[in-house]
Amino acid sequence: MTRENSLVSAQWVEEHLDDPKIVLIEVDEDTSAYDKGHIKGAIKLDWTTDLQDQVRRDFVNKQQFEELLSSKGVSNDDTVVLYGGNNNWFAAYAYWYFKLYGHQDVKLLDGGRKKWELDSRELTDELPSRETTSYTAQEQDHSIRAFRDETVAAIGTQNLVDVRSPDEYAGRLLAPAHLPQEQAQRGGHIPTAANVPWSKAANDDGTFKSDDELRQIYTDAGVDWDKDTIAYCRIGERSSHTWFVLKELLGQDNVKNYDGSWTEYGSLVGVPVVLGDEKGEA
Amino acid sequence: MCGAVKGGLSLDGVNVAKEAVIQGQVLRGDQPVGNAYVRLLDRTGEFTAEVPTSATGHFRFFAGEGDWTLRTLAPQADPVDRAVHAQVGSVAEVTVALS
Repeated sequence: MTRENSLVSAQWVEEHLDDPKIVLIEVDEDTSAYDKGHIKGAIKLDWTTDLQDQVRRDFVNKQQFEELLSSKGVSNDDTVVLYGGNNNWFAAYAYWYFKLYGHQDVKLLDGGRKKWELDSRELTDELPSRETTSYTAQEQDHSIRAFRDETVAAIGTQNLVDVRSPDEYAGRLLAPAHLPQEQAQRGGHIPTAANVPWSKAANDDGTFKSDDELRQIYTDAGVDWDKDTIAYCRIGERSSHTWFVLKELLGQDNVKNYDGSWTEYGSLVGVPVVLGDEKGEA
Repeated sequence: MCGAVKGGLSLDGVNVAKEAVIQGQVLRGDQPVGNAYVRLLDRTGEFTAEVPTSATGHFRFFAGEGDWTLRTLAPQADPVDRAVHAQVGSVAEVTVALS
């Protein structure tokens, strides 16, 4: 993948607002953001209710995903353009999720909702109506999803990229700073993980930095481009943003997102944890 | 807006004694700015979190103890930086004025 076929600009979206084969989908951490105004024609996915199993800690299964997209009026051959707030944090998660279930043509709106708003582009309260479809998903593509055992096995052998803020990496905070900090799991990071906060990949307006700048950021942090990579954060959303950068923008092979992330790893019995700003030893 | 009370959004259900809260409101003149983005930068200037303001211009972070910077972005305004000190068990109130 490259920037040209995984990202679109706000201008491009404005020019395609009335194209029925292009489906705009807003996915926000703040699930009420859509209701305060959204891009014309955009539908909403709620990451807490639509994309997560409501009993187990896991994603909705293939059949549920098919039912979801069918009910929203998304077809297999539609171009899905995702956008959201906070540098596309949750939109990037949805992008990874759509790829997990094999949707062919997915793109991110560069800069997401924030850039759209900062540009003073139009938002609407009008709800779109789309005919229901018969969507068929693929089996989950585990070449882009890491689980805990392979993450533990990757210590000292693969690139582990911890994309949380430096204070979360060091164990000084247990959650992003806009969320309450009371958590059950231990603080710290996986030994040998490099700390490259996900937000380093974005400019202030939420757009992605250039490929050269991005490559330099990960090189400086010690990422070995000849090795496979697992990215993680707290619950797997911010690391989807980094997965997007490494896999879709920079074209790196074998990049996985560990969606169990720190809330799983930091609660495991018997695994090594490093506190402080240093990577630690395998 | 729901939860918009004087001094910031409701802290119901949050154990403030264990948190270092930074919160406040973004204003243009005396008007709240409901479409701004407030970023929390750590002591090295590294991005830590970002929230959109509520309809009443309010925002809140649960930071660690120490010095932070709030950077506010809004349509048709230059970014505004405000230094703030957070302390566990207290609420740091910040008003951000856009020009």
